[in-house]
Amino acid sequence: MKKNKLLQNLYILLVFLFLYTPIVMVIIFSFNTSKMNIVWEGFTVEWYGSFFKNRTLMDALWTSVLIAVVSTAVSTVIGTLGAIGLSRYDFKGKELIDQLLYIPIVIPEVVLGVSLLCIFSIMNMPLGIVTITLSHITFCIPFVVMNVRARLAGFDRFLEEAAMDLGANEVTTFFKVTLPLIMPGVSSGALLSFSLSLDDVIISFFVTGPGSTTLPLKILSMVKTSVTPEVNALSAIIMLVLIVVISIRAGYSVKQIQKKQSLKA
Amino acid sequence: MKKQGKEHPGKKKRDAAFFATAGPVSAWMILFVLIPLIYIVAISFMRRSAYGGVKLGFTFENIFQIFDLSNLRVFGQSILMAGITTVACILIAYPFAYFVAKKGEIEKTIFMALVMVPFMISSLIRLFAWINLLRREGVINRFLMFLGVIDEPLQLVYNYVGSIIGMTYTLLPFMILPLYSSIEKLDKSLLEAGSDLGAKPVTAFMRITLPLTMPGIFAGTIMTFIPALGMFFVTDLMGGSKILVIGSLIRNEFITAKNWPLGAALSLFLIVITLLLVKLYQKNGGSMDDLGGA
Amino acid sequence: MESIVRIENVCKDYGENRVVRSLSMDIRKGEFLTMLGPSGCGKTTTLRMIAGFEQPTSGKIYIEDTEIHGKKPYQREVNTVFQNYALFPHMTIFDNVAFGLSIRKTPKEEIRKRVLEMLELVQLTGYENRKPDQLSGGQKQRVAIARALINRPKVLLLDEPLGALDLKLRKQMQFELKRLQKRLGITFVYVTHDQEEALTMSDRIAVLSKGILEQLDCPKNIYDHPASRFVADFIGESNLFYGTVQAKRGNEVVVMLETGTVTALSDDVRMGEIVDISVRPENLLMSPEPTPGFYCPGIIKEYVFVGNVQKVIIMLPSGKEVRVNQSAKIPELAVGTNVFLYWEKEDAVVISSPDNPIFHAVDNPVYSE
Repeated sequence: MKKNKLLQNLYILLVFLFLYTPIVMVIIFSFNTSKMNIVWEGFTVEWYGSFFKNRTLMDALWTSVLIAVVSTAVSTVIGTLGAIGLSRYDFKGKELIDQLLYIPIVIPEVVLGVSLLCIFSIMNMPLGIVTITLSHITFCIPFVVMNVRARLAGFDRFLEEAAMDLGANEVTTFFKVTLPLIMPGVSSGALLSFSLSLDDVIISFFVTGPGSTTLPLKILSMVKTSVTPEVNALSAIIMLVLIVVISIRAGYSVKQIQKKQSLKA
Repeated sequence: MKKQGKEHPGKKKRDAAFFATAGPVSAWMILFVLIPLIYIVAISFMRRSAYGGVKLGFTFENIFQIFDLSNLRVFGQSILMAGITTVACILIAYPFAYFVAKKGEIEKTIFMALVMVPFMISSLIRLFAWINLLRREGVINRFLMFLGVIDEPLQLVYNYVGSIIGMTYTLLPFMILPLYSSIEKLDKSLLEAGSDLGAKPVTAFMRITLPLTMPGIFAGTIMTFIPALGMFFVTDLMGGSKILVIGSLIRNEFITAKNWPLGAALSLFLIVITLLLVKLYQKNGGSMDDLGGA
Repeated sequence: MESIVRIENVCKDYGENRVVRSLSMDIRKGEFLTMLGPSGCGKTTTLRMIAGFEQPTSGKIYIEDTEIHGKKPYQREVNTVFQNYALFPHMTIFDNVAFGLSIRKTPKEEIRKRVLEMLELVQLTGYENRKPDQLSGGQKQRVAIARALINRPKVLLLDEPLGALDLKLRKQMQFELKRLQKRLGITFVYVTHDQEEALTMSDRIAVLSKGILEQLDCPKNIYDHPASRFVADFIGESNLFYGTVQAKRGNEVVVMLETGTVTALSDDVRMGEIVDISVRPENLLMSPEPTPGFYCPGIIKEYVFVGNVQKVIIMLPSGKEVRVNQSAKIPELAVGTNVFLYWEKEDAVVISSPDNPIFHAVDNPVYSE
């Protein structure tokens, strides 16, 4: 029995090793003195300072962050409202919208990318930051809707009636009762959107234009030759920031579990 | 108190709330998903014009052309790689999800969060790190030679092996998540009932656990197999220049060859595969919401 | 008495289905009114129309002479205690109770004072900082009541508020609610399907069936003088006999049953009319010989001992069963003994029921718990 447990833990460890080895490599090479990023030569932190001075890299980073922030904000609002509307109202064409929402999730990104490219070209929209943002919003909305809808499934509608009964109008009810209760779904949808947008390569690849290179696209152009330690350093920092956000969330849910367990005890 | 008018303000308000909630999402999905896909389907049956445009008219030319011999070879290659990737993902992810699901609540939460963390670094950067690991002079080859397992460095990258490692690595979390949620939902008393009725652990697993977690396996398959057909940047980086997936063909037609109708027809092929798999999944009782990672 | 809620010809349809049928009633200021009926009778729908969660399909509802059609729940000076409490899970008990006041931008100091007062009233002092899921069912119920009452509503609407509690707690809460209502003098409109609850707590009871108001009266009158066959059947145990009015002498009527004639008191029946006679089991008597004015034979089928009373089940020649409750001290007769049923004239209620089918008895035994 005990031996079994050990083997299982060993297996879990192996999978994590598979998932994390490349990340450890990225971090190690971000401290490498060699500019070639291939052989370890010596330790340095200079790259953590120098990427700030790398104009093209910083531009790409800001483009990416700007796009990710805007598309997260827009898709979170539209997706949250949409999840509520789709679960509360029955209307003609609801079935169609439900099906359309699954498409960006299951269809290969390359297909979504070229079809968006087509539609932007029909609309005569110049490719650039705007088209990338519109595209990112498109594939983020469904993830927000799914996450919020999962929360709404366990939502007691009497709570909203109770709020209205106690004098809160629709808007106050939404902000004081509905939103706080579906917040875990909204925030995980938003977090997912942000990281999907920040990491998207394929769809951005098709709808990008001059002057709107996102960080992944910049990296894509570098990867073919060589990734510089600067990029490694930048990635390590981005990861660090996101890990902090995730751990705060995970820590919160661990606390919730502990609270529940102590209540039962 | 103010007198109420003849019309019912209650009803009017409700309509406003309805348009405010269901309206934007519907409009967005129609404009940016439905119309673009219809357009793709439509131009699959049209001719290209000079300078990458599309000429009105109806033809099956593109449809015939996608079944051209050179394309068929890529289809076979791509589907085979996607299949191997999917199987590899199932084999790695299933025991992992199964063991994690047996842990305590807190460990489960932490482990599943840890599965998501690698997402936070650009997938391109991670793939590049893999190239470094897998190179002839890379860490893995040197380690194996140091152990004396091999005498000559293995060719682990810029070929099929590299492409499949890259895809498996990129898509593994999408297999773990649905598998984990289906295993976690499994009613433990069913297994107890099974062993009570005389099923040995292996029998109980084959006859109870596996069938009940089948929807999770199917969901994970959709989330790995379909994207694997399109991930051209993985084969670009890790497969060298000769290995192509269906996504690479589409990219080439749209970006390099500027033959949009042919690119659209190739996309149509992927759309059809996707719809078939999704229909099959739904027919077997799979819920679409399980695909969204919610 | 002054009315606080007036319902006028209200109908409510859900698609094809009419759940409330031209309902009219007055709810008096300061009373404890219970809407009683089986599920699907329209009682909760009526309550929700007063609260503003549903709009009547037709008809009007007035609160203190103001027509409230189209007014949102938050524009109505009534508050609701929900069946499953509907406490906000993300707020503390204090914030739950304070909700209504904070919406109205009441000063913080006053909110604090009134919340603590309210919690004291429902005996939950010291629970301010807990969350709803840290309370028992009975405590949640009290928070729900406090949360509604703190707004000093003109009417408090209660939708089966005790439904989720166990029997003992329920009895205790019935008593507390009644006491609270007396003390505060607020009008309570209470919805339940539990007739005992209705009889114990209410000043008046509105009995509803299939969307129709069957009777609105004080509990005693509802029990002693049911206005319809449904009310007689639904409230308490009742034996129903039916037959034709054969003779009238003053307010005394002679009714011809299948087996013979019986006597009862009634002012408003016509000769030849088909009526129901409702007799409570405790008022139904039996003797070995026919009593003057009565000829209603039966056979003792079974004795059921229930504490201080014994229930005797008697089969009539038609095959129909009736129940007689009598003191456990009366010696038992052998099963199969022939007896004759009778009652004190004033204990029987004659119910006009023109649409009553005459020969229905055998396949539809008229008896209810």
